[in-house]
Amino acid sequence: MPGKHSVWRRALRHPSFVAGGAMVLLLVLCAVLSQFWSPYPVGDIDIPNKLASPSAAHWLGTDSLGRDIGALLWVGSQNSLLVGFIAVGIGLGVGVPLGLLASARRGWVEEVIMRVSDFTFAFPALLLAIMLTAIYGPGLVVSIVAIGIFNIPVFARISRGAANAVWSRDFTAAARSAGQGPLAITWVHVLPNIASVLIVQATIQFAIAILAEAALSYLGLGTQPPQPSWGRMLNEAQSQMFQAPMLAVYPGAAIALAVLGLNLLGDGLRDVLDPRWARQR
Amino acid sequence: MPLFVLRRLLSFILTLLATSVVVFAVLELLPGNAAQVVLGETATAESIAAMEDKLGLNQPASTRYLNWMFGMLQGQTGLSISYDTPTAQLMAERMQVTLPLAVMAMGLTVALALALGIYAASQQNKVGDVGVMTLSQLGLAVPNFWLAILLILLFAVHLEWVSAGGFPGWSEDDGGGVVEAFKALVLPAIALAAVQTAILTRVTRSAVLDTLREDFVRTARAKGLSRRQVLWAHVLRNAMIPVLTVMGLQFGNLITSAIVIENVFVLPGIGRLIFQAIANRDLIVVRDVVMLLAALVILINFCIDVLYAWIDPRLKVDHAG
Repeated sequence: MPGKHSVWRRALRHPSFVAGGAMVLLLVLCAVLSQFWSPYPVGDIDIPNKLASPSAAHWLGTDSLGRDIGALLWVGSQNSLLVGFIAVGIGLGVGVPLGLLASARRGWVEEVIMRVSDFTFAFPALLLAIMLTAIYGPGLVVSIVAIGIFNIPVFARISRGAANAVWSRDFTAAARSAGQGPLAITWVHVLPNIASVLIVQATIQFAIAILAEAALSYLGLGTQPPQPSWGRMLNEAQSQMFQAPMLAVYPGAAIALAVLGLNLLGDGLRDVLDPRWARQR
Repeated sequence: MPLFVLRRLLSFILTLLATSVVVFAVLELLPGNAAQVVLGETATAESIAAMEDKLGLNQPASTRYLNWMFGMLQGQTGLSISYDTPTAQLMAERMQVTLPLAVMAMGLTVALALALGIYAASQQNKVGDVGVMTLSQLGLAVPNFWLAILLILLFAVHLEWVSAGGFPGWSEDDGGGVVEAFKALVLPAIALAAVQTAILTRVTRSAVLDTLREDFVRTARAKGLSRRQVLWAHVLRNAMIPVLTVMGLQFGNLITSAIVIENVFVLPGIGRLIFQAIANRDLIVVRDVVMLLAALVILINFCIDVLYAWIDPRLKVDHAG
């Protein structure tokens, strides 16, 4: 087990980790700072100033309602981050305990949990989200829940696989012969040893959640006005494509940068936290 | 082999059944009543009663489920609420757009990803490999509907080579034709294929690299085959297994992503159908389309499983023995 310092030193020399980390940090900063300050209130409609070109007052110009594009992007970061956190939280909170339980109990418990998660995994996520919005009406909560449900089997599978590997190691056998129960062994030995795998997967699922929410919002099924959302901005921009093509460029670039940052961070974390893997690749 | 296929077939049927129960149950557990959802909050009691009658809500759920299931199997589906047409007919019409689109996108994905993935693996850690991997990292990050919008901006708004969307139809009587229809599907297919190509390129590259490390590769090299001969004769067949798994998942992804892409390009496919059905609260169409798409995805995964047995002789022995 490498020390904390050497992990950090390796991390800061890893190009994907540094680049991805910087982009994610930027996203988090936007989301946090925009809670307190925004160049313009996002609800500020200014029709005479609609579709204005970039200027000193509006760095990225304005949309079809005269709203400042920069401000919408700035505040829209909150939405993406919120969806990612909650959807991944649902996956971690439900999926990991299920995976650990399957691994600690084995037998029919494992069989049932894995069959159900295989089934959920095979069902297309976007379809469930669409079906739920058809019933409960479009909205942020429904789309977060639908995206979150699909993180459950992902984390259940990965934590069971990793936990099974830990259970077959000598130190868990030693703990068992010392009289520790499955719950204690899971908590003390298994969970810390699979944490790095979970962190890497969480980063990747975070990126997927941002993409999924953007797609739903683009279809008008996700975040509803007036809350700004990058996906919905693209939808609104599409109708102005001939007059103001750049409106369709910025929000997509914001989504792509956020996802790229998270993916790079995930790749970097995998190499840094598990050097064996890095050497193999 | 037959035993393995039989097992898979059984699990395929069970998965389909479970899916149909889930799809049916989700709509059954509606807040309130399906007739109410369809008609909206302003509906009068009489119109709701009439709609309940039309939807057969006065029958028990089990009867409705069985009617629905057997109806779908025989192609005798319920009437769409907003179109007043059997949903099977609607879906068959719309599939004429979605299926060619998905097949085109899949063809593009497979051709590009196999070429790029094998090339990257053969150039491991050299400039070519790093270039391909950087491209695929970008491909993973770009939302497909944004790429679709960018393609429209470039080819329709800026260069004016194609129209910004719409579909002329396959037959010349409708003012379309095979060439015209094909042209309308090219940009959507590219937008759909980009992300999937990025994923499949990475999978192909690492599958080829993993196989190159196997003992039989060393043996083949030792017996005097060239690197190239080993790659084509031994490595690719073995590397295809993980690649096929991902391809199966991807075809399912393509069909569901088509829902978004069809809306960007205003293509009258199955995605547009379900999207409009949601707007019209046409729950019958939503239910049947979701079931059809889920069944397609499950069917594709089943076919891939059976293909394994054909590609990987070890599987046949394991399961039949």
